[in-house]
Amino acid sequence: MAQDVNIPLARPRPRWLARFGREVNLGDWVFRTIAAAFAAVVVATVVAMAIEMTDASMPSIREFGLAFVTSTVWDPVRDVFGALPFIYGTIVSSLLALLISVPISFGVAIFLSELAPPWLRGPVGFLVELLAAVPSVVYGLWGIFALAPVLRDVVEPALASAFGFLPFFQGPHQGFGLLAGGIILAIMITPTISSVAREVLLAVPPTLREGALALGATRWEAVRTAVLPYARSGLIGGVILGLGRALGETMAITMVIGNRAEISLSLFAPSYTMASVIANEFTEATGDLYLAALAEIGLLLFVVTLLLNIVARALVWRVSRGIAK
Amino acid sequence: MIDRYVRRRAVDTAFRAACALATILALIPLGLVLYYVTVRGIGGINLAFFTELPKPVGEEGGGMANAIVGTLKLVALACVIGIPPGVLAGVYLAEFGHNRFGQVVRFSADVMAGIPSITVGIFVYTLVVMHTKEFSAIAGGIALAVLMLPTVTRTTEELLRLVPAALHEAALGLGVPKWRATLRVVLRTAAPGIATGVMLAVARVAGETAPLLFTAFNNRFWAEGLDEPTASLPVQIYTYAVSPYEDWHRQAWAAALVLVVLVLLLNVTARFVVRHRVRLR
Repeated sequence: MAQDVNIPLARPRPRWLARFGREVNLGDWVFRTIAAAFAAVVVATVVAMAIEMTDASMPSIREFGLAFVTSTVWDPVRDVFGALPFIYGTIVSSLLALLISVPISFGVAIFLSELAPPWLRGPVGFLVELLAAVPSVVYGLWGIFALAPVLRDVVEPALASAFGFLPFFQGPHQGFGLLAGGIILAIMITPTISSVAREVLLAVPPTLREGALALGATRWEAVRTAVLPYARSGLIGGVILGLGRALGETMAITMVIGNRAEISLSLFAPSYTMASVIANEFTEATGDLYLAALAEIGLLLFVVTLLLNIVARALVWRVSRGIAK
Repeated sequence: MIDRYVRRRAVDTAFRAACALATILALIPLGLVLYYVTVRGIGGINLAFFTELPKPVGEEGGGMANAIVGTLKLVALACVIGIPPGVLAGVYLAEFGHNRFGQVVRFSADVMAGIPSITVGIFVYTLVVMHTKEFSAIAGGIALAVLMLPTVTRTTEELLRLVPAALHEAALGLGVPKWRATLRVVLRTAAPGIATGVMLAVARVAGETAPLLFTAFNNRFWAEGLDEPTASLPVQIYTYAVSPYEDWHRQAWAAALVLVVLVLLLNVTARFVVRHRVRLR
């Protein structure tokens, strides 16, 4: 009987195809190759980006070297370019955004994953996602005409009278500046951080949470002693992803930060970010060195966000891999 | 003992209240933005806004017909350029991606999703505009396609993985080759979900401004072909918002209203499709 099994049900694969792997069928091989080619497009795009951007910024890298990131002089007329004011503005506005957004985002994530009644989770989660769906330029528009005037007339005077002894809250109240930029960024990165944090919290094994509750812990104690320690690296990953978004965010912050290349301790002072200077000056850049300098700022942004993303993904994966997918 | 119990209860209540408060706080800006866009934008919406070209500086009136058509054109181009590679890359990841190359692709897509859109603008500028010597709808479309690519890829992969293996295996068991089973059974089953993901990606790129600034640029007139500078709603909103003219501000709000309605419609539709599917299961 055994030899009956050998009746070929499918056409046997030609010998020359064998070296292409386990496929039985020419169509399969073609299909797989085409799909792989397009998958390679994804990788190629990232690689091409890195190469193109490095290539475009080469003149500036050769001319200024390390001074590019330490010099504060940005003078297109004399062809001297130092990006420190932009780097400073980018970092300060992003950190300010994190300071505002992280507690709120974690609150949202805990509310949505631990506390909210099930019927509320879907709709509220959707609304938080909508926050990410509103285009950047619309936030900018709102920032110019609604947020900045309120900051100038209400928030900044209040901060100055309460904390005016600190250097961060001194100087004229203009509305447009680091504070406005930080707030706009905070609004825009809250959905990013909270959705990652929520995913991470949901990936915490329920037995941990239930164990703590069964021992008589309150919700807060269960979250603090069982859920958060398990989720910690993932939560940090979410914060880093948010930071990456804040660093690269362009339109909204360009519209409210004031666009002045100065380094000032005051949060009320206008500032400038790396993304904003590219947005404002790239099309007007005359001269190869000017263009290369702007491209180098882009390259810096690219490299930094790339590294942040790699770190963040690794941290988030560490938690979400814990449960069987 | 009672004292301690009361304190623990109090801390717990404070914690719950803080979380609920944070959620409300996070949603306030959404409400405010939607409120402002509606109230300020509704006044600028009229027939001229949808049918006329922008008027020269200083003249009242005019519309954004070219920017509306431009945005539709750019998004259509982005879909044509970005969706097929994205879907096929997703198919590869779901069907054959359990190897080192698959890991590299997945990783690249994730990393790509986090790259600032402005750097994508520079990239496409050096790649396309520098060679064609002209800002064009094509360049803008490519920039938006690059932004869509990672989202479409990962969404396709995830949704293909949701298709029950039994369906796939049943097809294979009938003697269907793997490629036909994948295309005709698995991909077809996942199609509504993939469409949802694509819709969300479209909603995202429709509002992108930064990558268009130096690819599609802007145009005060009708762009005849795909190789000319092309106006778009987001860029027009930006240009008008930072201008000193009252009438342009009014139009910027109106354009923002149109854009927000478009984006929200796409999001709500996508959400409805997903929920509908989940209910069916």
